[in-house]
Amino acid sequence: MSGTDVRLEDVRFSYGGGAEMRFDLAVPASAIVALMGPSGSGKSTLLNLVAGFETPSSGSVAIGGADVSALPPAQRPVSMVFQENNLFGHLDVAANVGLGRSPSLRLTPQDREDVLAALARVGLAGKEKRLPRELSGGERQRVALARVLVRDRPVLLLDEPFASLGPALRADMLDLLRDLHDERRMTVLIATHQPEDARAIAQTIVFLEEGRVAVTGPTGLFFGPDRPEAFARYVGGKAAGMPG
Amino acid sequence: MPATRPLPGPLALAFVAVLVGGAFAGLLAEAASDPSGAAGAFDAYLGRIVRFTLWQAALSTLLSVAPAILVARALSRHPSFPGRSLILGLFAVPLGLPAIVAALGVLALWGRAGLFAPLMAWLSGGDWPGIYGLAGILVAHVFFNLPLAARLLLEALEAVPLDHWRLSAQLGMGARASFRLIEWPAMRAALPGVAALVFMLCVTSFTIVLMLGGGPAATTLEVAIYQALRFDFDPARAVALTLVQVALTVAAVAAMARLGASPTGEASLALAPRRYDRPSPAGTALDAVLIAAAVLFVAGPMAATVVAGLEADLGRLATEARVRDAAATSLLLAAAAATLSAALSLALVAMRRRLETARSSSRAGLLARLLEWAAGNGALFVLVVPPTVIGAGWFILLLPAGMVFAAAPVMVVAVNAVMAMPFAVRAIRPAHDAAAARHDRLAAQLGIAGWARLRLIDWPVLRRPLFTALAFAMALSLGDLGVIALFGSESVRTLPYLLMERMGSYRTQDAAGLALMLGALCLALMAAANRLGRERA
Repeated sequence: MSGTDVRLEDVRFSYGGGAEMRFDLAVPASAIVALMGPSGSGKSTLLNLVAGFETPSSGSVAIGGADVSALPPAQRPVSMVFQENNLFGHLDVAANVGLGRSPSLRLTPQDREDVLAALARVGLAGKEKRLPRELSGGERQRVALARVLVRDRPVLLLDEPFASLGPALRADMLDLLRDLHDERRMTVLIATHQPEDARAIAQTIVFLEEGRVAVTGPTGLFFGPDRPEAFARYVGGKAAGMPG
Repeated sequence: MPATRPLPGPLALAFVAVLVGGAFAGLLAEAASDPSGAAGAFDAYLGRIVRFTLWQAALSTLLSVAPAILVARALSRHPSFPGRSLILGLFAVPLGLPAIVAALGVLALWGRAGLFAPLMAWLSGGDWPGIYGLAGILVAHVFFNLPLAARLLLEALEAVPLDHWRLSAQLGMGARASFRLIEWPAMRAALPGVAALVFMLCVTSFTIVLMLGGGPAATTLEVAIYQALRFDFDPARAVALTLVQVALTVAAVAAMARLGASPTGEASLALAPRRYDRPSPAGTALDAVLIAAAVLFVAGPMAATVVAGLEADLGRLATEARVRDAAATSLLLAAAAATLSAALSLALVAMRRRLETARSSSRAGLLARLLEWAAGNGALFVLVVPPTVIGAGWFILLLPAGMVFAAAPVMVVAVNAVMAMPFAVRAIRPAHDAAAARHDRLAAQLGIAGWARLRLIDWPVLRRPLFTALAFAMALSLGDLGVIALFGSESVRTLPYLLMERMGSYRTQDAAGLALMLGALCLALMAAANRLGRERA
């Protein structure tokens, strides 16, 4: 698999009664893009529009050149990882991953092998039979990534996937994500509040404000002396990702 | 902590203990005075009644819960369509409807002279005897419990995280897969509790069986207790029946507690979460049929109550002296029961909270722990002892003194007050405990205590929940037939008692008119209770 490009053209959307959001964005194939911005700026909405959980009132969402605006979520070449609730609590780890291959869990022997391989790849070999509640928060997100591997879609969306993990775990997860990207070359859009996450993994940062793309640029720009003013205001005291 | 030791809590607890203890004292005294009679009452007849009680409850549970699974799923699959909240509102109505009104509604539809009688006569190719016996009991129980079960199961479905619906849509689960992997597991977790609650309600059902049972072939323990006392004057048999009934309800409540059911059966349906699957046209049509069938089944008896009630001579009824007397008696007794219920509940809630705080600040003795536990759970344990059982015990206790009918008002008020307590406590406790957590230290520092504290600090916060509890308790008490059926007489009649009398003398139109009045009154109170409860923020 390799990634495909994602393009939002004059996509307009509003939650009932809310202000209209408007997105224009072009993400090249196999890029890693971090979506940043204050709460309510539209990061999650943008991801939901690409995944098909929200429908634009006008404009088009294209993946790999094909307009997917009218397609239901399952028919879009997209996988998504949420902050939590990625797993079904009553299904074991292997079944949760297997759902990525067959949504009714009818798995061939080959599928089962792939599931085991994916779990081994994310470092969960031997935990196939565990239930989600028997895993740590980090392990649960690894299961979600294993499912992304068996699903094998060219676009991966992550909505603050590591926000509830501590700093060391988050760094591990970012490393894993980068390795998976090196192997599969999928296009990655990751929404995050952590400048250091974006700095560690993304080539490009898309900074959103009030339902619009305010600035797009290479990650280096955002952490250099010429960083955009809006971004500086947003990051404020968050010095962790800033140059000393 | 205030230096004065507040009395209302222990008093409230003592009141409940005396009421329940007195009933058991009556039963045990009777058994002791006539041990052979009580033992002799454990005969084949009693066995038959126990079997029927369990059989009708099991069938009612099955017929209520199984369709409720389908209806809840259908409602969950369509989280927004015009009229959805209206349907959920409709499903909440039976909870507030007196059983006697529902029984009349069922008869107005399916009775010998009901709206469907011609159709049924034509279908059966002869005479339609009306829906009595097991069939009538089942229809009425399903009328009450199908909507209740559907609401509780829907609540379980709506607790599924939004992300799971998103995932299911993204992974492309079809209707079957999402049922197997998401909907069924969510409902299965709630199912034992829901089924136990429905079973419990049907095991202790009195009014429905009394009105629709018809004959010794379809009699439950509760109705048999009533008949033993009021018609056969056979206290020994009543004792045996009562003991078996208590054993049954204790078992049912224990099962409920194990299965994690809420004994007051309340579903809190907030805004339905959005779902991302798109049911197929055939699936949508099936859902529509299911929902429509459930709506018709629930709305039918209510509509029939209204239609039959309007055919009655409401003008004459409203001016009839007996009706007026009964209405005045009902309102008076219900208001007294509601006030007592709210006061007892508040006292227990306050005591539990105080003991809880005291426990965390110091080492509490066994007695304090026991009291705290009793104050927290005492109200719920009332559910183990159905009104008929308490009534029967006191009936037997008061019989030798010849005070049965004189005690009627006291018994009706006391038993109904205690029966409404679990609901009243539920309305009051969250607001009270939240307010206490905010205000206790401040009030203690400023030295605001006792009456001043109640007036200045607690009343403004607790006013709404107290009125909710009042309205709810009043509605429950207005519709109750269990206690007044035992203690009612020429001199003390409530509306449900008068209704039963008119049914007994085949003045069906009068009964229908009274049912309409009673139903409207109770629903108005329930609506007020809900509104007051909701606006509390």
